[in-house]
Amino acid sequence: MNAPSDTIAQYNFAYLDEQTKRMIRRAILKAIAIPGYQVPFASREMPMPYGWGTGGVQVTASIIGPDDVLKVIDQGADDTTNAVSIRAFFQKVAHVAVTTHTADATIVQTRHRIPEEPLKEGQVLVYQVPIPEPLRFLEPRETETRKMHALEEYGLMHVKLYEDIAQHGHIATTFAYPVKVEGRYVMDPSPTPKFDNPKMHMSRALQLFGAGREKRIYAVPPHTRVESLDFEDHPFEVQRFDEPCALCGGMDVYLDEVILDDQGGRMFVCSDTDHCEERRDAGHRGHLAGEDGPPSSISEGGTQ
Amino acid sequence: MTDEPLLRVRSVSKFYGNRIGCEDISFDLWPGEVLAVVGESGSGKTTLLNCLSTRLMPTSGSVAYRMRDNAFHDLYRMSEAERRMLMRTDWGFVHQNPADGLRMTVSAGANVGERLMAVGDRHYGRIRAAATDWLGRVEIAEDRIDDQPRAFSGGMRQRLQIARNLVTGPRLVFMDEPTGGLDVSVQARLLDLLRGLVHELGLSAIVVTHDLAVARLLSHRMIVMKDGHVVESGLTDRVLDDPQAPYTQLLVSSILQV
Amino acid sequence: MYVAVKGGEAAIRNAHRLLADRRRGDRSVPALTLEQIAGQLSLAVDRVMAEGSLYDTGLAALAVKQARGDMIEAIFLLRAYRTTLPRFGYTRPVDTAAMRVERRVSATYKDLPGGQLLGPTFDYTHRLLDPELAEDQDPAVPEARAADDEAMPRVSDILAHEGLIEEDGSLPEDREPGDITREPPEFPMQRDLRLQALSRGDEGFLLALGYSTQRGFGRNHPFAGEIRIGAVEVEIDVPELDFPVTLGRIRVTECQMVNQFKGSMKVPPQFTRGYGLVFGQSERKAMAMALCDRALRAAELGEDITAPAQDEEFVISHCDNVQATGFVEHLKLPHYVDFQAELGLVRQMRREYEERRRAGDEATTSREAAE
Repeated sequence: MNAPSDTIAQYNFAYLDEQTKRMIRRAILKAIAIPGYQVPFASREMPMPYGWGTGGVQVTASIIGPDDVLKVIDQGADDTTNAVSIRAFFQKVAHVAVTTHTADATIVQTRHRIPEEPLKEGQVLVYQVPIPEPLRFLEPRETETRKMHALEEYGLMHVKLYEDIAQHGHIATTFAYPVKVEGRYVMDPSPTPKFDNPKMHMSRALQLFGAGREKRIYAVPPHTRVESLDFEDHPFEVQRFDEPCALCGGMDVYLDEVILDDQGGRMFVCSDTDHCEERRDAGHRGHLAGEDGPPSSISEGGTQ
Repeated sequence: MTDEPLLRVRSVSKFYGNRIGCEDISFDLWPGEVLAVVGESGSGKTTLLNCLSTRLMPTSGSVAYRMRDNAFHDLYRMSEAERRMLMRTDWGFVHQNPADGLRMTVSAGANVGERLMAVGDRHYGRIRAAATDWLGRVEIAEDRIDDQPRAFSGGMRQRLQIARNLVTGPRLVFMDEPTGGLDVSVQARLLDLLRGLVHELGLSAIVVTHDLAVARLLSHRMIVMKDGHVVESGLTDRVLDDPQAPYTQLLVSSILQV
Repeated sequence: MYVAVKGGEAAIRNAHRLLADRRRGDRSVPALTLEQIAGQLSLAVDRVMAEGSLYDTGLAALAVKQARGDMIEAIFLLRAYRTTLPRFGYTRPVDTAAMRVERRVSATYKDLPGGQLLGPTFDYTHRLLDPELAEDQDPAVPEARAADDEAMPRVSDILAHEGLIEEDGSLPEDREPGDITREPPEFPMQRDLRLQALSRGDEGFLLALGYSTQRGFGRNHPFAGEIRIGAVEVEIDVPELDFPVTLGRIRVTECQMVNQFKGSMKVPPQFTRGYGLVFGQSERKAMAMALCDRALRAAELGEDITAPAQDEEFVISHCDNVQATGFVEHLKLPHYVDFQAELGLVRQMRREYEERRRAGDEATTSREAAE
């Protein structure tokens, strides 16, 4: 047996064969037609592990064309290892142009964040989803959860929120916060922080969700209502940070906490690296950015 | 008040292969009426209850329920969605073992509030007020509202299950041996409470029990079952004081002698 | 100015170079050839083919080498390759009764047509480490005898003549066998799809589940009716021809468990069967699969479902090791956005807790002062 790699060499544009792409596109179309409904699809093994974005990659591979411009983020950043790896995959198998600028991208594949900059018409946001079923941790059985969706039996979801308030005085879900889409299906927005939930509501972009291991695709078409579940007297609230980004001074953005030393020194910086850079390019400065050099001492710059 | 029954049961039979679960059962249940179904274990009374409450599909027969719009609907022809809706709004089901009817790992308040949330109530304060009110009505102290039923005694669990069922103001409640598994003193208190609530709310109820004392205390009318068949039915006092069928006579005398 | 750590392309590139170096190991030692792996670690290659669900010893050997001997990684490599292959068609069912048998044992009959044939088995070897194997010593040439043409009917066919054992399951008229690689799973699941999932399910997972049925968690009274290993022909129908075309031979292991069954309303008392079929030589996997298959038929046979091995959604949803390893290992990926959200929440709840405690303390103090 000699050099079996000869037989492996050729892959189709964007890796998936055209038949598979057609099957996935059909699932996507169905998902768009029934906003928030989880469409089962025959997910394929991908050359990256299940749970590492295979759903998002399959969706992107099925919709991407040679003229698309792709941006990939993980935790809001373009330079995290998994984002780098997925971007490199598409450069290799589809030879598409890539970018880190949200505004320049036609497709943004994401894990755990929605870019701060509002998306425009014509853009597609592809989410990587680990567990698509918002009811899964209340009811582990697929047979039962599908019935609950079909019959719109969502009381159990509110039981969980009720318990939070009874116990803590407020809702204690911070990410993967369940939403209701167009007044019908309860949907898991993937493990984005609830900070990002309002961005999904009436978005001008198409939002596609791919769960490879769980074999589900769902969608929120442009201009669709996406409401976070809550109570009238305990309305949904997003996280608020006490201070602006230490680098760009941005307010009302999601921040990462960066540990600076083992003395409790820390700083908060934009989780969306592209947003942060653009603001700095536009002349915005946070208290640790300095004018044109490093601050004298970083470790003094923790939270006040 | 209407002069039509709430439930019309016609020739309901359930076979398990060749074995009879229950056969050819017919009766009407009237608004505000409590019907007891008595018999030994294996007499088919629980099979009948499960057929009537659509938890089990009968082999043949029909059950028509008069909905709030006064129209009769055949339960076995309803869609699953309609049936499940009925079960969590207009009906209640009290299980013998409260753990089967409660969510053991969520608080008492949420247990009572779940049905309200299921039908769309989205006001935390109002849901909590309703739960507090119902806990009071079933004699559970208000400060237990955030405790899980795991921390409750058997009698408290059963009272919580009843509150959870009644919070949506159902018109018909099915009960399967509601006092089974409880101490005698706890049974008496629960029966008292149930009798009060049924009377106060004008509930219709079908109560399955092997205990003639429960039937005597709760029901207006009763059905005596043996081997899947009805052997006698009538007003509760009449059946218990003047049983006609030999089997009923045996049942009554054996209880009285104890 | 603070610069966040960049987990950039250079880091990934360097990590992969290091991996390649470690894979090669000591360069003064000759590298393993694929022939060596396929020839001398053949059961590892068999497992990779079975759970990778692609029958190709060369590619499987390559996967084992590339994965540094990590079986699940090798299985994953083969699966990821397999999924890109076009689907030309479906073969006919293989006929295991016509197998060129290398090993065949039955625990239910002392002797039977075709006889018992031990073949290349670890059974009855004393598990003593063999120092000779550390040297490059050739073992003795095995004894061989001419193949006799005695038929070797399957044990299930022997019992079937008396009607004491259920027949081979057959699909309803209107149902074609499904394909779990082409359709998303739906529960409840038909047995044809379940068997496909089990056949490429994780050996360790199925072994543990099969074992659990023997210890009372869904007991199904099994006898190893027959285990056979050997080569079967793979045939495909070609539309233009009126006879099937042979594509080649594959080695498979088949296990037929015979299980006691008291009968139900619909079915008279008889033996039922659990079935296992696996690529290559893997008795452990085939037997475990047969135990699980039988346990998963609980609903069909009217048995109570009380144990994990009988729970279709539980078993089928979790038996795929490529899925399992991906999701367990994805916990390595950054989660700091979500962790930040939880950190904020815990800090808030801590604050509220302290406030409540202080308020409680003050209330106590003021009451004491008043008394």
